Amino acid sequence: MSEAVLHDDHHDHKPTGIGRWLFSTNHKDIGTMYLVFALIMFFVGGAMSMVIRAELFQPGMQYVDPQFYNSMVTVHALVMIFGALMPAGVGLANWMIPMMIGAPDMALPRMNNMSFWILPFAATLLISTFFMQGGAPAGGWTMYPPLILQLGDGLPYLVFAVHFLGVSSIMGAINIIATVFNMRAPGMTFMRLPLFVWTWIITAFLLIASMPVLAGAVTMLLTDKYFGTAFFDAAGGGDPLMFQHIFWFFGHPEVYILVLPAFGVISQIIPTFSRKPLFGYTSMVYATASIAFLSFFVWAHHMFTVGMPLTGELFFMYATMSIAVPTGVKIFNWMATMWKGSMTFETPMLFAIGVLFMFSIGGFSGLMMGITPVDFQYHDTYFIVAHFHYVIVPGIIFGLMGGIYFWLPKWTGNMYDEKLGKLHFWCSTISVNILFFPMHFIGLAGMPRRIPDYNVQFADWNVIISLGGVAFGLSQLILVWVVIKCVRGGEKAGDQVWEGAHGLEWTLPSPPPFHTFTTPPEVTDATAHS
Amino acid sequence: MSDSHGAYFIPEPSRWPIVGTLALFLMFVGGGMVLNGYIGNGQYILGLGFLALVYLFYGWFKDVIDESISGKYNEQVDISFRWGMAWFIFSEVMFFAAFFGALFYTRVLAVPWLGGDSVTNIFLWPDFQAVWPLLTTPDMSVTGLESKYMAIKEVIPAWGIPAWNTAILLSSGATVTFAHWALKKGNRSALCWWLAATVLLGFIFVYLQASEYGHAYHELDLTLKSGVYGSTFFMLTGFHGFHVTMGATMLLVILIRSMKGHFSAHNHFAFEAVAWYWHFVDVVWLGLFIFVYWI
Ligand code: HEM
Ligand SMILES: [Cu+2]
Repeated sequence: MSEAVLHDDHHDHKPTGIGRWLFSTNHKDIGTMYLVFALIMFFVGGAMSMVIRAELFQPGMQYVDPQFYNSMVTVHALVMIFGALMPAGVGLANWMIPMMIGAPDMALPRMNNMSFWILPFAATLLISTFFMQGGAPAGGWTMYPPLILQLGDGLPYLVFAVHFLGVSSIMGAINIIATVFNMRAPGMTFMRLPLFVWTWIITAFLLIASMPVLAGAVTMLLTDKYFGTAFFDAAGGGDPLMFQHIFWFFGHPEVYILVLPAFGVISQIIPTFSRKPLFGYTSMVYATASIAFLSFFVWAHHMFTVGMPLTGELFFMYATMSIAVPTGVKIFNWMATMWKGSMTFETPMLFAIGVLFMFSIGGFSGLMMGITPVDFQYHDTYFIVAHFHYVIVPGIIFGLMGGIYFWLPKWTGNMYDEKLGKLHFWCSTISVNILFFPMHFIGLAGMPRRIPDYNVQFADWNVIISLGGVAFGLSQLILVWVVIKCVRGGEKAGDQVWEGAHGLEWTLPSPPPFHTFTTPPEVTDATAHS
Repeated sequence: MSDSHGAYFIPEPSRWPIVGTLALFLMFVGGGMVLNGYIGNGQYILGLGFLALVYLFYGWFKDVIDESISGKYNEQVDISFRWGMAWFIFSEVMFFAAFFGALFYTRVLAVPWLGGDSVTNIFLWPDFQAVWPLLTTPDMSVTGLESKYMAIKEVIPAWGIPAWNTAILLSSGATVTFAHWALKKGNRSALCWWLAATVLLGFIFVYLQASEYGHAYHELDLTLKSGVYGSTFFMLTGFHGFHVTMGATMLLVILIRSMKGHFSAHNHFAFEAVAWYWHFVDVVWLGLFIFVYWI
């Protein structure tokens, strides 16, 4: 059978020039493009957040008018979610999944290319709205009607950008499912898959089930504005709240789409630096699947204050609470993995531990808001902003960054600068808490979100928050510096890179050749991950 | 599955994905311009994008077909395509689910809330009657003919053309299955005839649906602008009709390929993919027939 290694004629001659990237069918190149794109968008979105924080530095109106402020809030969120977080997760998946399961590439490499190249064009559609009559979307990333329908010429482009991004995500998700189900090396059974692969399969299912629903929702926005339909207009027999239901049916699974890959990353990192197999592998798989399943039944916790029937409020409260159970299973498993391990604290591990602590803070505030009557006070205040930024920034982004440090030596063949990595971690961790923790206080005291001005009683904390924001933004330049430095050279990394690393990807040379596993490896219990 | 693992197929770098991206991008840019009233340039950009898209489908699928015919694909590629198509169809199901969800929400919650003794009813639209099919909107109950939503004279009854269309689509599901059986027996002429019948039924469906739309617009005042009944009605049937058109066109391509003898009794995934798609369109129609037209 092995004589049939068919297309080996082009083995390891890389295509050259711009065509290598434009026409790529190589999962490593496409993964790199995803990651670079995500990093760029991270800074684009970051720049917008700096505008927000500059305006909020003091009470009163400072630099931008309210409309533009709201555009900043809206597009910041859209760029970060769809431009930075999701592509970063897919980029890691592209690089790692084929190498982890012993496949030569993704199952559908041409479609893989299209999934990536859609992103810059979709981002162009979105960003171009700034230059249109009526400006960029300013109704919040959740795009609630009727407010969002007041947008000018930008509306179709907002809607089309969402469609386009949806197409990209769905194709990416289909590819991941086809790859994992169909391309595993002999012996790589499902229960031997590295947990990162598991979290990504589950994420892929979430994507396929939820992105089309978002596409449907924004399509109805478009027809309400341009074709006279009445989906979200009570005067025509529709209901603006219906949009919120449809949107959040997508929206809540979406937050797990963002977080599960990060969970997967830290499930690789923690065992490696604890030098112990992951505690409770099977329960991790089931917990992840339950989180994903439950995430489809909690959406209306975003709508507790809109006036739902009491049964609805209660159902969504209990459903939301119940997510804490599988999430708790995961947190305890990670802790148990570290228990009595011989731990070391290289940068990836620092980030992973950071996730444990700080994601949990966000998880707890989520539980608080999940209690319906209590949420009446929190809703639409800075407490919400504190909650989701804790789960997203030191939760998801730290997880993804941990993954970047973890795998950078594998990708480039060079060790990154450990001192700078640690500096990046500590600067980020300190500044992120200065940035987001006080938001809990001003939120509880009643500062509303999405308003460019505020009562003077909140002034002190806002100064501190803005300073934390600037510090966090500057800290990310260290990451860029570390990555550039590592790509250009450094101490050579071995195949295994980390002493405690196990799994197929660590049997390959660092950097791995352009095509890997053109003949499938044989996987046994001994070579499997956990 | 592991027995097919010796020989991997990884396609060469390809320009089609980026062509596809550009085509869609042009269509979005042009479409947005048209919607915003810049019709002159917008329509050309939209048209250009559409042509590029057609070119893309032609080119990309030609590559795939050539690769398939020249025997580059193995069992594993075939399975990857199957996973791909199956989950693509699932994503389409979820797309329709959004609109069905909108329909159910409107019928079960939104419209009854607008009637009854809700606050909106008491203060805004006291004369509004919550009934389904919703012929007059809340707005109309106050502003009458001034309303931006048109009153519907009558809705389309289930047991006319829609019932015929149900019969047509269901029988086309049968004919495509007969075609598949013929293909598996290696009987090419039966395959082509059954396929041709399927395509014909598909286009008859589209034709009847279009004439029904004409009737709705011109005689019944049932339009996109007649409140939430018209919105849900046209959105659901419209997207469905669009999918039928796509499906029938794909079937036509498969018919042409069958006549050229592209498929063998064992190797004909393209046929099956399109057949799956056709069944999906069929099932969605059943949902429409029941929930939009019938009950
Ligand atoms: C997986 C990580 C999570 C992410 C990324 C996340 C993200 C978000 C975001 C973005 C929002 C704000 C949406 C908006 O109004 O713009 C939000 C709100 C909310 N989250 Fe989370 N969340 C996560 C986990 C949780 C958990 C574990 C719970 C509860 C067990 C939870 C409960 C809530 C509730 C109740 C709200 C609504 C608060 C309100 O608007 O009044 N979240 N979350
Ligand atoms: Cu949620």
